Amino acid sequence: MVYDWLKGLQDGAINPLGISGPFLLALLKVLLLIIPILTLVPGLIWWERRLLSWMQDRIGPNRTGTITFPDNFPLKALAGKKIRTFGLLQPIADGLKLFLKEDITPSHVDRKIYFIAPAIALFPAFALGGTLPWGPHTGIYGLLTPVANIEIGILYVLAISSLGAYGVVLAGYASNNKYSLMGGLRASAQLISYELGMAMAVAAVVMAAGSMKLTSLVEAQEAPLWGFVEGVQNWFIFTPYGLVAAVVFLIAMIAETNRAPFDLPEAENELIAGYHTEYSSMKFAVFFMGEYAAMFVFSGVFAVLFLGGYNMMPFQWDVLANQIPAMRGFFEFMASANYWLAPLTFIVKCAAGITFFIWLRATLPRLRYDQLMNLGWKTLLPVGVANFIVVGLWVVLTKIWGPVGGFVSLLVAMVFLAVLYLNFVSRTRAEAIGLQSRKIALVDPAPSQRRGITLVDPNKS
Amino acid sequence: MNANQLAFIALGGLAFLGALGVVLIPNPVRAALALVVNFFVLGLLYFVLGSQMMGISQIMVYAGAIMVLFLFVIMMLKLDKKAEEVAPGDAWRKRFTWLIGAVIGGAIFGGVMLPLASITTRVNPPQNFGTPQAVGWSLFTTYVWPFEVISVLLLVGIVGSIMLAKRRF
Repeated sequence: MVYDWLKGLQDGAINPLGISGPFLLALLKVLLLIIPILTLVPGLIWWERRLLSWMQDRIGPNRTGTITFPDNFPLKALAGKKIRTFGLLQPIADGLKLFLKEDITPSHVDRKIYFIAPAIALFPAFALGGTLPWGPHTGIYGLLTPVANIEIGILYVLAISSLGAYGVVLAGYASNNKYSLMGGLRASAQLISYELGMAMAVAAVVMAAGSMKLTSLVEAQEAPLWGFVEGVQNWFIFTPYGLVAAVVFLIAMIAETNRAPFDLPEAENELIAGYHTEYSSMKFAVFFMGEYAAMFVFSGVFAVLFLGGYNMMPFQWDVLANQIPAMRGFFEFMASANYWLAPLTFIVKCAAGITFFIWLRATLPRLRYDQLMNLGWKTLLPVGVANFIVVGLWVVLTKIWGPVGGFVSLLVAMVFLAVLYLNFVSRTRAEAIGLQSRKIALVDPAPSQRRGITLVDPNKS
Repeated sequence: MNANQLAFIALGGLAFLGALGVVLIPNPVRAALALVVNFFVLGLLYFVLGSQMMGISQIMVYAGAIMVLFLFVIMMLKLDKKAEEVAPGDAWRKRFTWLIGAVIGGAIFGGVMLPLASITTRVNPPQNFGTPQAVGWSLFTTYVWPFEVISVLLLVGIVGSIMLAKRRF
């Protein structure tokens, strides 16, 4: 019934609201994307704080929302009892606090840009999900998701995520504060550097799937594993090239969302709070929300690209049902569960991605700036390019020798490249890094040897 | 006026305002921002024309990457001061600049608009126009040599800029 109604909307049928059908459907699609993100962000903040505290052997926020009933409470069942919410209301309390706080605008800021920056920061986080399919492309989900199933789906994601730099950069500039400016500068350099690695990782997957449409990318992952193992889905993370691409993408993704260990733009022990030092109350909350929404949506992108999208388990249920007729009923049940639980599966995958983000934050120390740049330019980008070449090789060889021959030659090529890398590149680089140290001149060098900045004594002039 | 024309006029106007902003705003960061708006809206204009691959490349490369680098450089060099006013004695130079600008602007405008004046029939784009498949196909068949030559040219540019940057003075 719902399906018929939605189908009617798509075909332009008159609906009781009197709005044009396709328009209403589009609105519905957007709301179905935005509302889950908006409602899940407080939950994410709670989850991050609790999980971090468990990992750090603390308790974390667990009190907010606890109601203790007095012993003489009229309802005997509740008297003397506690209702615990595990601190789930903490983010709401925080949000309320931020909302009601005085909104301070420092007098020295570039006012227009200062006000626009949080909005610009929030826009990409929400727009990013525009091409994400959170359900299968057939039946009712096909009508509801993705918002726009365009040919350039993954390029859209890359383009919008690259706009994410502006919010941070402009906030840093408009604050007119040296620390904020440093944060903005770092953010712009970091985003530019990691976008390349990310694009190369994506390009490998796109080449393997032969399409940039996100729905086609998921479909390509529903094919048999490696092209010849029937019954198992070809999730890209299970393929050798996909695994490499996934690692590169994951690292670049964390850098793009400015999360620890790549949170240099807001490194609190170096830059106070980086680009949002001068922001208070609701504007700060908007930055915060943008970051969490971006984390959520990027986890979704990762799930679509590498983890089979909305598929619950990496099995081709229909193929298995034909191969093992004895368990046909079970496999058919699983196939329909896979279909109807698709949105839930997708959210669970997003949540897993966010848990990984938090886990990394609890585990790794922040990178130094030169380490950040080296990782982006000297490791991720070459690995991504090498992976890209390997995928190209695999595509060609599969066409010549069939799936098995192609896969074997892919493995051989990867082992060969790894040996080459370990023997030559990493050894020379390890030597270079081992000898690297910072020169600190304890004695003021002679004026002739001074390079760069020359200090001028203000008392003499 | 149909919806297409409305979209084109709205986006075109915005792009025009952005372009004006680049030239007229004295603050470099704001001028760069106006350029970002211009590039972004230009990308959307490509979408209106049905060329999605061009549009998204425009947004990704120009609005997303190159302008971030521009902003980085502007902020790094702290080019916050307003552009210097032209000295009163240089009034003739100012007039001359206007003249040159008008001539070049008129030439470009004429060069783009005049060939369009004779077009009366509407030409429908071919199937798949502007999709990555179509763009990729023509890049690697019809235009494979220009494409490869441009990539070599870019490589030369990159190597040259690194050579210049690494040179010890």
